[in-house]
Amino acid sequence: MRILTFIRQVLDAEESVRLSGSSVTLDNSKLVIDTMDEYGVEEALRLRERGADAEIIALAIGPPGAQDVLRTALAMGADRAIHVETDARLDAIALSKVVAQIAQQEQIDLLFSGGQQADWDSHALAPATAERLHWPQITWATLLELKGTILTGKHDTDEGSENFTVELPVVVTTQQGLNEPRYPTLPNIMKSKKKELRKETLDQYGVSPTVSVLREEIQVKARLNRILDGKDAQAAASQLVDLLRNETGVIA
Amino acid sequence: MILLVVEHADGKVSKSSREMIAAARALRREGPITALVLGSAVAAIAAEVAFSVDQVLVADMPELAQYDAELWAAAVAQIASEGEASVVLIAGSRSGREYSPRVAVKLDSPLLEDVVSLQSKGDSLIAERYTYLARVTETVEAKAPIVIASIKPGAFTSATPRANAAEQFDVDLNLPPRRLHVTGKITEHSARISLEEAEIVVSGGRGVGSAEGFTRLVEALADQLGAAVGATRAIVDAGWRPYSEQVGQTGKTVQPKVYIAIGISGAVQHLSGMNKSKVTVAINRDAEAPIFKIADYGIVGDAAQIVPAIIEALRR
Ligand SMILES: Cc1cc2nc3c(=O)[nH]c(=O)nc-3n(C[C@H](O)[C@H](O)[C@H](O)COP(=O)(O)OP(=O)(O)OC[C@H]3O[C@@H](n4cnc5c(N)ncnc54)[C@H](O)[C@@H]3O)c2cc1C
Repeated sequence: MRILTFIRQVLDAEESVRLSGSSVTLDNSKLVIDTMDEYGVEEALRLRERGADAEIIALAIGPPGAQDVLRTALAMGADRAIHVETDARLDAIALSKVVAQIAQQEQIDLLFSGGQQADWDSHALAPATAERLHWPQITWATLLELKGTILTGKHDTDEGSENFTVELPVVVTTQQGLNEPRYPTLPNIMKSKKKELRKETLDQYGVSPTVSVLREEIQVKARLNRILDGKDAQAAASQLVDLLRNETGVIA
Repeated sequence: MILLVVEHADGKVSKSSREMIAAARALRREGPITALVLGSAVAAIAAEVAFSVDQVLVADMPELAQYDAELWAAAVAQIASEGEASVVLIAGSRSGREYSPRVAVKLDSPLLEDVVSLQSKGDSLIAERYTYLARVTETVEAKAPIVIASIKPGAFTSATPRANAAEQFDVDLNLPPRRLHVTGKITEHSARISLEEAEIVVSGGRGVGSAEGFTRLVEALADQLGAAVGATRAIVDAGWRPYSEQVGQTGKTVQPKVYIAIGISGAVQHLSGMNKSKVTVAINRDAEAPIFKIADYGIVGDAAQIVPAIIEALRR
């Protein structure tokens, strides 16, 4: 079988976001593999280690620098990588067209993608790709087990979680709690340099954005920052309650 | 028409549905505001929303007793194209956000995801949404015969009902077979007011010390204030609290009047779920904790001392 793990390169969550004019700039910022996607790479490796006879392919669609995250996936243990190079910002619905075509060409059985993108806060890529492929989807997985072509596990829902059974092919979104991603070891990093990283261009996939971004702004809510010393707990508590009651009027 | 998919749980219309109705009214588009009710034994739901919209379409079928992304997407896409909808509104809940992209693909239409504002401008729709873990607000535009939008819970003020009820129509659906088989369900019910509906939220993190510490500090303060309780991922993962109480990137997003964070460090992933709250209060023993940067009020001190003192002061 073949597993495709879709990964993205995003701003490190610890870095602050900067604007240049009316859009976010990533110049000189630390970029990392999107953690949510990293859980997918790790889970593919674990399914294989638990017995699935799988080839694991990592896919990234993005600027030239995105090959760094593919190198990370290869060093973690993915077998080969595909990089569709583009500087275009594609919304999830447009991007899913590319991912679905690659999944078809590569005869993928199981596709992983992060539950939410750390840059565009989107959940839409995986479901949109599943729809294009006419596959079912599992979102927010926290446990997966594969027996032959039957995938069972647990995933989060609106108010709690569910145990499920589904037959491959399927799209699965991954998140924190599913596993603890491994750090690539030096020998594996060396080994990964010989692995295939295929470059492709975007034009052959016939996509264009369906949504246009007019502007990006950082709207920081001004906060009062009235921080009290709590050495005298009673005094600080009374003062806080007084402020909340009388200055803001938000509590009775 | 503007089609909106009614969200309901436990026989009640969710607050997110009333917010979507408000969003639909604000669009001031031609054509009726149409509510689609999907489910089994949903007559009461349909009767209730009828007071807030122009017409109600009801698919009351045993097959719809339980939510499924593929079934919901098929149903909504079918009704949207039969009714020639120009806008389809879906709640920005976890489930809404997982089936709305499938609707967009089926209808070959753009998706405005998890929006906090929505406006018509000529034949385009302009929306604002949060990105970069809710640190950036982006303005996006979609122009197409049908546009799908998921509406972030809490971003719109609930619509008020009218005096007269709109007409209801039953609809027939061509549903695909279920492929995802649910073999067990863990529903987390709490007697307390829900996070999305509450005006005050009291949340706890690792700094409350233990599950018992959470009860003694966070729940006790929440009881005193009539507030909902929230938790960080760290303590949900530790099994102290149920996942349904988690606030943040992988949990719920809340915008209450007051958010009180107790023993929470303020990781970006947590902040993204609460940084739009009107007033924020932090209690943490570390004066350098990032949570203080977004706090209106705060106390640097041991939660085990400070919180009981606050409860005491509130009682006075
Ligand atoms: C992909 C991803 C998604 C995530 N999603 C979420 C999410 O949805 N929600 C979320 O919350 N997190 C999420 N996280 C985790 C997040 O990064 C943090 O690890 C988590 O929020 C920390 O929880 P905490 O504040 O309870 O714990 P800590 O960071 O350990 O902070 C505990 C705080 O308590 C204070 N403290 C300790 N003792 C006391 C005391 N006696 N009195 C007062 N204060 C005290 C400490 O000073 C400290 O600031 C996510 C992480 C990742 C990678």
